[in-house]
Amino acid sequence: MDYILSILGPLAEGSLVTLKLFFITLALAVPLGLALALIRNSRFTVASQAVNGYIWLMRGTPLMLQLLFIYFALPFVPVIGIRLPDFPAAIVAFALNYAAYFAEIFRAGIQSIDRGQYEGAKVLGFSYSQTMRRIVLPQVVKRILPPMSNETITLVKDTSLIYVLALNDLLRAARGIVQRDFTITPFIVAAGFYLLMTLVLTWLFQRLEKRHAVYD
Amino acid sequence: MPSMTEATAMTSPMILAEGIRKRFGAHEVLKGVSLTLAKGEVVAVIGPSGSGKSTLLRCLNHLETIDAGRLVIEGDVLADNDASGHARYVADAEVRRICRRMGMVFQHFNLFPHLTVLQNVIEAPVTVKGLKREAILPKAEELLRKVGLYDKRDAYPSRLSGGQKQRVAIARALAMEPDIMLFDEPTSALDPELTGEVLRTMRQLADEHMTMLVVTHEMGFAREVASRVVFMDGGELIESQPAAAFFASPQHPRTRAFLDSML
Repeated sequence: MDYILSILGPLAEGSLVTLKLFFITLALAVPLGLALALIRNSRFTVASQAVNGYIWLMRGTPLMLQLLFIYFALPFVPVIGIRLPDFPAAIVAFALNYAAYFAEIFRAGIQSIDRGQYEGAKVLGFSYSQTMRRIVLPQVVKRILPPMSNETITLVKDTSLIYVLALNDLLRAARGIVQRDFTITPFIVAAGFYLLMTLVLTWLFQRLEKRHAVYD
Repeated sequence: MPSMTEATAMTSPMILAEGIRKRFGAHEVLKGVSLTLAKGEVVAVIGPSGSGKSTLLRCLNHLETIDAGRLVIEGDVLADNDASGHARYVADAEVRRICRRMGMVFQHFNLFPHLTVLQNVIEAPVTVKGLKREAILPKAEELLRKVGLYDKRDAYPSRLSGGQKQRVAIARALAMEPDIMLFDEPTSALDPELTGEVLRTMRQLADEHMTMLVVTHEMGFAREVASRVVFMDGGELIESQPAAAFFASPQHPRTRAFLDSML
């Protein structure tokens, strides 16, 4: 028990890195994903096709590869070649990757809204952006909560990939202690940390779903 | 020059549609339909399904775009033929401004499910006209009383019957203070015992001299409330007569055949 308490400190520090990556990724990828979904649903075929290609690229290659590419290979790419520090590189990779998944969730949500909603808004004089903001997106939120819950829980666990950039997230902190002390207890404690995070998320999404269920 | 605009509005019909053509793919749904609506008129459009009557209504307020023809709403041109005979619309903002004068009620209500009854009525005046909630509230409550749903103001649409939903939809359209009301088969999705309450609300509106264009299968409503009845078949306007004359002595054989089939 004393041993567990003694490793809580470093693991909590690792959790902070994990949580920081998690929240910043969400804050960037959700609006970016929404923008991508709106472009993909738009009449501008070229832009819509470009988004299609982007989503294919981001979903079609491993997040790990994207992470390594942005950190190690981006500096050598002509024109846009910039060298990012490790944590910002991780943020960029995660935000770009998750935006693609969120875009697909938003697109499915937007397309599930009945055409009558658009017509009802149009005959009342709503512009397209008013229709989206006031009528369509509020209804989309409710429908995409279950898949969004899924995706954010995956994100919590995906954050562990940043060990390849030698960032001390929760899992890497645990592994460090395992290798130092020759015991697997840190792994079990780390699992407890992850479970706690996903438990909070699950509970949060359940509450959101309940709140949006009032108009069923 | 407001005096001139007023003068134009006085003399020009509420709706002027001339030679409206509309095709969906290879199928021509409207084959040059012309229709005029004067202020305060209640016109019922009847005809078999597929006759193009709903499409005509949807063309009037830009839910469908016309291929050819001329549309003038209260003296303002919405669309007109160019030199090659294709309809050209005025600028988007102008289209929206003109179409806002027409309220519409749909067969399937199209209420906003995430908003309460009161919010459904208030939403457009607040978002589109930029009115303060407090400024529109008395009017919204008055409209809900008028359609008999004031006690349901805080309910969500999912809790309402079809007839109640349609009455909310009418109140919602009226909240934008339209000059013309378009009804697209407003009772067709309702159980027979619920059509009465919606028709009563519409009759009340007609008594207040609202200009109304009603696509309907309700012959009783057409006979008793409409000032004029229009019969459409196969994408053409076959006959247009004052309601009494229309039912007493229909001129065209296709009208007679249709009326016979309805009995």
